[in-house]
Amino acid sequence: MAELMAAGEEPEILFWVGCAGSYDERAQKITRDICKILHHVGIKYAVLGTEESCTGDPAKRAGNEFLFQMQAMTNIEVLNAYHIKKIVTGCPHCFNTIKNEYPGLGGSYEVIHHTQLIQDLINEGKLKAEGGESFKGKKITFHDPCYLGRGNGVYEAPRKALEVLDAQLVEMKRCKSNGLCCGAGGAQMFKEPEKGKKDVNVERIEEALETNPQVIAAGCPFCMTMLSDGVKLKDKEQEVKVLDIAEITARANGL
Amino acid sequence: MVAQIIFLVITLAAIVLFTINLRKIIRNIRLGKSADRNDQPQKRLMTMLRVAFGQSKMVVRPIPAFLHFFVYIGFVIINIEVVEIMIDGIFGTHRIFHGLSGLYDFLIASFEILAFTVWVACVIFLIRRNVMKLKRFSGVEMTSWPKSDANYILITEILLMSAFLMMNAADLKLQVLGAAHYTTAGAFPISQYLINLLPASEGALIAIERGCWWFHIIGILAFLNYLPYSKHFHILFAFPNTYFSNLEPKGEFTNMASVTNEVKAMLDPSFVPAEADPGKFGAKDATDLSWVNLMNAYTCTECGRCTDSCPANITGKLLSPRKIMMDTRDRITEIGKNIDKNGPDHQDGKSLLDDYITREEIWACTSCNACVQACPVNIDPLQIIMELRRFAVMEESQAPGSINTMLGNIENNQAPWKYSPADRFNWAEEG
Repeated sequence: MAELMAAGEEPEILFWVGCAGSYDERAQKITRDICKILHHVGIKYAVLGTEESCTGDPAKRAGNEFLFQMQAMTNIEVLNAYHIKKIVTGCPHCFNTIKNEYPGLGGSYEVIHHTQLIQDLINEGKLKAEGGESFKGKKITFHDPCYLGRGNGVYEAPRKALEVLDAQLVEMKRCKSNGLCCGAGGAQMFKEPEKGKKDVNVERIEEALETNPQVIAAGCPFCMTMLSDGVKLKDKEQEVKVLDIAEITARANGL
Repeated sequence: MVAQIIFLVITLAAIVLFTINLRKIIRNIRLGKSADRNDQPQKRLMTMLRVAFGQSKMVVRPIPAFLHFFVYIGFVIINIEVVEIMIDGIFGTHRIFHGLSGLYDFLIASFEILAFTVWVACVIFLIRRNVMKLKRFSGVEMTSWPKSDANYILITEILLMSAFLMMNAADLKLQVLGAAHYTTAGAFPISQYLINLLPASEGALIAIERGCWWFHIIGILAFLNYLPYSKHFHILFAFPNTYFSNLEPKGEFTNMASVTNEVKAMLDPSFVPAEADPGKFGAKDATDLSWVNLMNAYTCTECGRCTDSCPANITGKLLSPRKIMMDTRDRITEIGKNIDKNGPDHQDGKSLLDDYITREEIWACTSCNACVQACPVNIDPLQIIMELRRFAVMEESQAPGSINTMLGNIENNQAPWKYSPADRFNWAEEG
């Protein structure tokens, strides 16, 4: 972003990568695929690079409002300095925080999740599913991220991105507004679960496997971790792939 | 004349007693912190009409939705009959509205059909709770009182409806006999089948008709006064509770204004906060919560849809959103009783956090909003959990060790993991 600014240019959209997308090896792949999609359709985008920092979401959900607002205000200062108007992100937690919780602290932007961007691009005819891997007839089930679905009412965008593949979309018993959490939200990602009968991600993966999918589609780097761990635990890595909507889209287009 | 006086005294006493108890509950709710829920009145009204009047969130589970709909509609419509009962009771008349003839027949017929459907629905509800023992109605918080409470309500409703139908049956038989004062009026599609169960003598019939009439109205007045002690209070509070419910996206958590001032002062030394907020951060006790949280607690009817959809509870953790609501209600009620007994400044040394809700419960929450989504009357247990976490973290620095590590990482290297900020852009070079 700093380079673009120095060249006197402004991006159409800022890609907010997020901590998982930046550091987590599995999520980095999703990050690169989102970039490939943006590049493929010729959108002028920028990233903050090392100027980006945690949105403060895990601090806020853990109850540390101080740390959250410190992070938020620092980020808002950077975003406002670059005159950012539109943001796309691959993380529903970043999406929710910047979209809903930043405006009250002085940061108002149009914020979309990458599945919404993909939906828009499909609707505009700029993105198809051709020239790459065929998902035709494959059984795909989508796991709704809480902060995208229930948190912000986005249920259709990720499904639209899958419909275009001509795949066989199967819904889990608990889906959309009734979707079951992967177990990572509310700062659970960073701690051991309390004692109980089983882990939340195991409960979820059992439900996902009931649909006999070839692909479990995700839209959140934390869900990705939880679901991948679940598939590994059930020893189903060969039969079932856990892929982000961005990865599926990139593959379908041979990017 | 004596009957009229007795009726008037009982009615007035019931209304006065109910008002006193209702005011106590409202006083308790007002012990909560302020929260602005007066914006967007039109949207609020629509939410109330849709969710409370329209029962829109019940349809997710069709069987109880169907049964509950009859009890709800029955309750609302049959109460029109109470107007006639009141007038008859006060003025010593009998079926004062019978002059409406055709319309009266229609009304009485619909009351009868609804009374019957309420009766059937309540019997099925009792079976679901006590014979089928649905999982949703059990749990650590469902001790003997909450279970009895539910059964008392259902049995009372069955008795009230039975009395109403028996009263009509006796009335109809008296009408056929041509008894004095029993003018021919009304249509009785259900109670006509009960006639054969009744004795033939006019005296006995009058005794049954009058007995059921008194039982029905005293029952209603007693039930009204049972509400403030019961989960059944939702029949009243569902309406304000949905009206004042959160209209923002569920993912959005409030930004604490008191923190904003401090953070601004920290980032910019020249910033002078408008006013210092002496209150504590987050909630330790029920009075630290907002009045909306407390109203939520009094509205909860313990149906358990929240707990049934909670990922933590499903996987055997201690957390149950229904328990959060019941604990909050029980605690604020206890505080209210303390005030009544010992004055407003009394401290009993107890608090919502630790004495009612444990740390293990609040830290098991994934903040997924399933409980909020599931509640048919828009109760928000998540907000209470978050307020308790805020207190534990900001006032006490008492978070699980791994949470503290995560917070430390954000503070030191702006990411929840221990990576260097300088490496944040490395993803672009690999792969």
